[in-house]
Amino acid sequence: MSRIGVFVCHCGINIAGTVDVAAVVEQVRKHPEVVFAADYKYMCSDPGQELIKKTIAENQLDGVVVAACSPAMHETTFRRAVASAGVNSFRCECANIREQVSWVHQSQKEEATRKAVAVTRSIVEKVARNEKLEPISAAVTHRALVIGGGIAGMQAALDVANAGFPVILVERQGQLGGKMAQLSGTFLNIKAAPDLLQKMVHQVMDHPNIQVLTGAEVKTVEGYVGNFKVQVELCQEGQSEPVAFTFEVGALIVATGWERYPQARLPEYGGGEIPDVIDGLAFESMLAPGGQIRRPSDGKVPGEVVFVQCAGSRDPERGVPYCSKVCCMYVAKQAMVFKERVPDGQPYVFYIDIRSAGKGYDEYVQRAMTDSHVLYLRGKVSKIFREGDKVIVWGADTLSGRSLEIAADLVVLATPLAPSPGAVDLGQRLHASTDANGFFTEAHVKLRPVETLTAGIFLAGAAQGPKDIPETVAQASAAAAKALQLFSHEKMTISPLVATVIPELCAACGACVLACPYGARSIHPLWNIATVNASLCQSCGACVVACPNKASQVHNWRPDQIMAMLDEVL
Amino acid sequence: MPDFNFIDQVNTLSEQPIELCYHCHKCTAGCPVVDQMEYGPDRILRMVQFGEKDKLLQSEDIWVCVGCETCGARCPNEIDAARVLGALREIAFAENAAIAEPGAVKFHRLFLGLVQRTGRMHEISLLALHKLWTLNLFSDLPAGARLIMMGKVPLKPSIIKGRSEIARIYATAGSKKKQVPNGD
Repeated sequence: MSRIGVFVCHCGINIAGTVDVAAVVEQVRKHPEVVFAADYKYMCSDPGQELIKKTIAENQLDGVVVAACSPAMHETTFRRAVASAGVNSFRCECANIREQVSWVHQSQKEEATRKAVAVTRSIVEKVARNEKLEPISAAVTHRALVIGGGIAGMQAALDVANAGFPVILVERQGQLGGKMAQLSGTFLNIKAAPDLLQKMVHQVMDHPNIQVLTGAEVKTVEGYVGNFKVQVELCQEGQSEPVAFTFEVGALIVATGWERYPQARLPEYGGGEIPDVIDGLAFESMLAPGGQIRRPSDGKVPGEVVFVQCAGSRDPERGVPYCSKVCCMYVAKQAMVFKERVPDGQPYVFYIDIRSAGKGYDEYVQRAMTDSHVLYLRGKVSKIFREGDKVIVWGADTLSGRSLEIAADLVVLATPLAPSPGAVDLGQRLHASTDANGFFTEAHVKLRPVETLTAGIFLAGAAQGPKDIPETVAQASAAAAKALQLFSHEKMTISPLVATVIPELCAACGACVLACPYGARSIHPLWNIATVNASLCQSCGACVVACPNKASQVHNWRPDQIMAMLDEVL
Repeated sequence: MPDFNFIDQVNTLSEQPIELCYHCHKCTAGCPVVDQMEYGPDRILRMVQFGEKDKLLQSEDIWVCVGCETCGARCPNEIDAARVLGALREIAFAENAAIAEPGAVKFHRLFLGLVQRTGRMHEISLLALHKLWTLNLFSDLPAGARLIMMGKVPLKPSIIKGRSEIARIYATAGSKKKQVPNGD
């Protein structure tokens, strides 16, 4: 027989306004496992927690039920209080009588009280059967592997390396720098950008903690957070066959960046057909130091240049549904640099709307309009075709409600930032999901933007979605911080609420291995029984359902507990 | 390519950052005479951005504007559209464009002549002169009569003391007019 104490929270009027808390206390006190029951205005407050601690000492409690809000809210609070009074924290549970009772049955007070009693008594049944558990500890390899050697990957590698941990930086291309190396300069600080990148490449190459592998690709990833085994294939010069190396690392940072969108997919804009219709990166190489602004068709310096924003972006029918985020700004930059180099020329920009959200960004676009006389035309281009040596652009200006035809010398399409080819494939190897467009998916769109759903694998830069350089650098540093958080401990603690196997019942049939979506189950080669890797297990219960012998169980969610809870509720 | 000579001319004369207009329409939404206009201030600014000189100089809108500057007071980009319209009027006048509202030009001239002579506006004189010029003798008579009855408009013109200073202002302004930047 347990000695369980039950504490019913008023939560001000949140619970007590609907549920008769005194009646709940009275009904729950009758349960044979309950030796103490009381109600209090705010259980989560300091006096509320003190009440729990005092009662544990006075009544020698060995289990606690707090009938209050959702466990997502304050389970940790109450378990900490219970543990400080000497009771195993896994012998404390929350009965949710707020979100699932008082808030949803505000007009049925009597029924709500009955339901609160049933829910609380069912949790009493559970706690009476809860095991005392201790957190599991596992080793952490203090080394990171970064996939991608662009600005994102280099920043993340530098941050981890500067904190004193070794980093392996894997780059598919022959050199570091990524897409930023192809830019003539960046908006806001046009001249400094290429120099800054070169400085960064040197810092990475010379860093004693960073091992740079160029011409290398990640082939396989095994293991789990803190303990990954990554196989990398390296194509070395003079060797026909790639050489494979295996690295043991504790964290992975995915920084695979973006790729050019195929222009041929934009036939209505003459993409891939008309030589004087080029994309933004092609124009970058003309603007780069040493480059020349000349039309591809005849080498003449173009006079009238039309920039087409959203050429494929925000166009689910013909292109991609998302906004590529950087085009509004780089088009303003390119138009300004063009006007500076070709003062007699005239840049036009067709846009749907200007997305210049960033510090100093809108002012920058305004400078393009006022100082460089770039003519912004609000409307989407409908068609681009060749006529003689001109490229005719058909568009509209919705601000004045008229159609426009511009005979241009050169057209620059701001095509979408596409995800890196192979991102989806790499995602499968990492067990990190990618979205419908091929970008890596963050664990939570608002609150966990640099993590994947696989613990220990983090995201940086355009691999997760189109981003400009400052945002990329910020996310890369954030991903590094997440990896360092992991490395700040000698060992990591894992929740003991994971699956377990009763060896006597296990027939090693392997049903659990197939059922587990996290790769946490395997058959032990020596003992020939199913095992659980606690680091990978997410306590989903798929193995429990799959096991024909009921040998698989999840700690503190055993079938006998669930049946006892159901008996109490029904 | 837009007529940048014209755009520069309007920019210089009006001293307004016309390129900054993002056409939120706030000026037009608050303009008290917009129902009398064909385009309204915001479309006028767009036409300047496009360099549509002939259309603008021949537009009635530039003469319909009463210069109340509500548009400029409300503009988020501090563009005073009234001053842009003023600049357009000056160019139209300087270049002898086909003016859509000759009556308005006459009104301006009468107004300036009257102020030059007396140093102060005299409504009844202005109205009488304007009616003679336009031969539009009988419009708005009841309203005028009511204003006189209520003592809102003085019958006798008042002449100010500092007429020599007024003359100086006219002389300076007249010499400035010759400096209107040329479109060509």
